[in-house]
Amino acid sequence: MALAKLKADTTEARLEGVTLPGAAAWSNAARADALARVRQMGLPTRRDEYWKYTDPTSLTVPTAPEAALFDNDEGPLFDAVDRIRIVFVDGVFDPDASDDLSGEGLEISRLADAMATDIHWAKDLYGVLEARGQNPVDRALAALNTATATDGVVIRVTGKASKPVNLIYLHRDVASDAVLHNVIKVEAGAEMTLLETGPAAARFSKLLEVDVADGGRFHHVRAQGRDHERRAVTHGFARIGEESTFKSFTLTFNGVLTRNECVLEIVGDNATAHVAGVCVGDGTDFHHDDTVFITHDAVNCESRQVFKKVLRNGATGVFQGKILVKEGAQKTDGYQISQSLLLDDDSQFLAKPELEIYADDVACSHGSTSGAIDEDALFYLRSRGVPEKAATSLLTLAFLAEALEEIEDEGLAEELRDRLESWLQRHSS
Amino acid sequence: MLEIKGLKVKLEEEDKQILKGVDLSIDAGSVHAIMGPNGSGKSTLSYVLSGKDGYEVTGGSASLDGHDLLDLDPEERAAIGLFLAFQYPVEIPGVGNMTFLRTAVNAQRKARGQEEISAGDFLKEVRARAKSLKIDADMLKRPVNVGFSGGEKKRNEILQMAMLEPKMCVLDETDSGLDVDAMKLVAEGVNALRSEGRSFLVITHYQRLLDHIKPDVVHIMADGRIVKTGGPELALEVENNGYADILAEVV
Repeated sequence: MALAKLKADTTEARLEGVTLPGAAAWSNAARADALARVRQMGLPTRRDEYWKYTDPTSLTVPTAPEAALFDNDEGPLFDAVDRIRIVFVDGVFDPDASDDLSGEGLEISRLADAMATDIHWAKDLYGVLEARGQNPVDRALAALNTATATDGVVIRVTGKASKPVNLIYLHRDVASDAVLHNVIKVEAGAEMTLLETGPAAARFSKLLEVDVADGGRFHHVRAQGRDHERRAVTHGFARIGEESTFKSFTLTFNGVLTRNECVLEIVGDNATAHVAGVCVGDGTDFHHDDTVFITHDAVNCESRQVFKKVLRNGATGVFQGKILVKEGAQKTDGYQISQSLLLDDDSQFLAKPELEIYADDVACSHGSTSGAIDEDALFYLRSRGVPEKAATSLLTLAFLAEALEEIEDEGLAEELRDRLESWLQRHSS
Repeated sequence: MLEIKGLKVKLEEEDKQILKGVDLSIDAGSVHAIMGPNGSGKSTLSYVLSGKDGYEVTGGSASLDGHDLLDLDPEERAAIGLFLAFQYPVEIPGVGNMTFLRTAVNAQRKARGQEEISAGDFLKEVRARAKSLKIDADMLKRPVNVGFSGGEKKRNEILQMAMLEPKMCVLDETDSGLDVDAMKLVAEGVNALRSEGRSFLVITHYQRLLDHIKPDVVHIMADGRIVKTGGPELALEVENNGYADILAEVV
């Protein structure tokens, strides 16, 4: 079957019976435009180059495959952090479990409320950053999210937010199919930290659009949980202004399928954009894909991609990362590293690092490796009395350190490091 | 303390016999030196004693205070008091020297059923020990051996030895790559640890280390066997005449 026909059939099967939620005129238009993008691009199939290493079928079929609930007795993450909790259960906002949607330096509302308002700032961002990120690569699942998202939050950051906002995604229904879309506008000089935690749903499509205005600072720390059978496709689209900072870190435990796409566009001079991730997977049914695209379209900006994966018992990790330096984006400092620690011969790491550079005064580097635990280091530790499991765990955490160091807040980093350590202990042979 | 009898070892991957029947008995509190030409099996002996992979014991035995060493994992050997100062200490990026030391000390205490050392006491002791080895605070904070000079690595080995307080210390060519001053410093560190209950096996090519760490007994190893044993004067003989004379005499 020709690829075009396959994509069209996949798309129409998925869209059959889909009705777009209706609200204010601007939101109806945004959704209709997005749906047109989906039809024009067609949903991805395994035969798309951009999905060569990850089979999107379970993300595009009309009905979400079920995913059992798991509980490992660990308490909720970031429980001790003073934060604004916004809870979604299987993709539906839960007002009772959530804190008041207000905080110093923050204007927060539900996506549905914003969409019911005729004149709203979110109009200029909802689906707009996603649409900008469709070039040069199609991201039809992102457009599908924009068209069909049923819930989410929109946050305007007007000053230095006094507390982080924690979007908590609970998974209670084995058959849930959740589509959330969040929009954040960081005004000039403003600053916030966004936390996202939880497995969310059996199948989860989540999209985050972030506009960081000049001098703004956006910190993002995410932990994708726990449930072995869940599937997720997430997109982050950010537009990064002059002298601003965007930093995003994701920790992923388990999951049959996770595809995290991060699309950053640096449009203002002297800006900084970091995106980092750690994933740990155990078993042949673990598949994790980090796909990153950073565009430098301004002078003297720095970007870093730091991705580390620990894979065991036949787990699969994928990294597709690109730095595009546009003409005139001089003094660009781009760094990209993707590394996997393969704890056995059955696990695999598939990497596609790319640089595309149209400016002549730039420093860009990339590296991609996969390897086993360093046997000499392991013996050295054991010869000092450290038992093999503890030594392996110590070396694994050391391998992950460079990525964890991308989290600016040491308290958050420490908590994630502890979670990783417990995971490594639970999953040591 | 350390009893090695007829120890025969080959490489696991190839059919190559390295140790061809080593006999060695070290009493508590004594310092033995093993000298020998390259390829005689000195380093192999130290690795086999500490439990490194890649070797197959084909005969004989090795025990420490009655514990069969060859039956134990490397960490268990450490916990009963064996310590190997590596010829080439391993760099471990991402693991802080201090974290490494405390993890090791506490792992051994745990294995012996002792309580973990408190963070305060540990810090105090490390600082005192480090100071006498001229290891500065920065070296303690850096990742294990990463970016250390040859001398710093060897001093770091001695610091670990001091903190772990082993009974049986095996020093594998601790003098290699050291200038005279660095060697003196390392030797002073070792001498400070000499005690009635602690023994040393010093493996070296050269006599000069033995000027600083005075051995009670000197062994000459060649072709996988100990071919001659004597007092400190044996080391001087090697220094003056090389190995050739001794080996010729043995054959």
